[in-house]
Amino acid sequence: MSPNPTSPHDLPPPVEDAALDRVLARSPAQCFRHGMVQSLPFLIVLLPFGLLFGVLASDVGLDLAQVLGFSVLVLAGASQFTAVQLLSDQVPALLAVVSALAVNLRMAMYSASLVPWLGKASGRDRAAVAYLLVDQTYALAIQHYEMNPRLSLAQRLAYFYGAAAAMCIPWAISSVVGATVGQAIPDGIALDFAIPITFLAMIAPMLRTLAHKVAALVAVIMALLLAWMPAGTGLLIAAPIGMAAGAAVEAWMERRQKGKAQ
Amino acid sequence: MITLSDSGVWLVILALGAGTFLIRWSFLGALGRYVMPTWVLRLLRYTPVAVLPALVAPLVMWPAATEGQTDPARLVAAIATVAVGMIWKNMLAAILAGAGTLVAMLQFLG
Repeated sequence: MSPNPTSPHDLPPPVEDAALDRVLARSPAQCFRHGMVQSLPFLIVLLPFGLLFGVLASDVGLDLAQVLGFSVLVLAGASQFTAVQLLSDQVPALLAVVSALAVNLRMAMYSASLVPWLGKASGRDRAAVAYLLVDQTYALAIQHYEMNPRLSLAQRLAYFYGAAAAMCIPWAISSVVGATVGQAIPDGIALDFAIPITFLAMIAPMLRTLAHKVAALVAVIMALLLAWMPAGTGLLIAAPIGMAAGAAVEAWMERRQKGKAQ
Repeated sequence: MITLSDSGVWLVILALGAGTFLIRWSFLGALGRYVMPTWVLRLLRYTPVAVLPALVAPLVMWPAATEGQTDPARLVAAIATVAVGMIWKNMLAAILAGAGTLVAMLQFLG
């Protein structure tokens, strides 16, 4: 959703005026804290996921510094797992890097979709946001910006940094803890499913229009049809097709509404 | 086990870190002041609802933990997560519903 709304049916659901004013009146420091607080639910899954990364990575022979290196310098859970998994399967290093990067290509789309909201920030801020742009900070920030389109740039940045601080620092710490105390985690816990559940829980509340639902459904069907492709590549085809389907439905709804008005 | 040398692992970490940063920086960094046409904005609106479900769908249908065999417990947990998330529009409630369903199902089917 762009900050200069051209399609009225696209505006966020009406919020109490008082509540809206309260959000808009926040100082950057308050926005930072607000971002932190709203990130807390993500920790329920981020922490076990970070622990799991530490456990698995140390299990296949990475030392503590390397585990921390992954979580701080790469800072992208799914691709960290991909790289460690492939390296432990003796895949050549270059191929492991390329595959893990393919898993991260979706973030180019996140980067592009934040331009309308943060594109006017300073170069340093845009670089910092880019470094901290993970699925969770993106999902949280974009829904906040869409719900409160009149926030100032400083408020948007502060909210993002608050979310990033609350999620990225615990992410690094938990992976180190996992590498240290890994063996104590019981085998029976189905941690593997933490990621799917988090992502689905993030997305479901966003499926508010027919176009959003169609986009998600088409993307899911395409992803399943293309699951035979090498890791991460099917996604690169399925997601744009889902996006196009959503955009097409939106354009169709708009035309239909105009037709009714005449 | 990883047989790559220590310096080889560090090289992987640095290359992956740098590449990932460039991906994230691409549009925000290089094209920050570029005004995007309406159709691009329209497409981008559907980025999260297309990318994340596409990322998750194969993991739900063919979980690595069951060696790619469709697992009723995980499938039902995923459906419960989406249903609660769509009805109550609350992420935490959806996570709890999904995790609770998974634990209960694994216990029940166990």
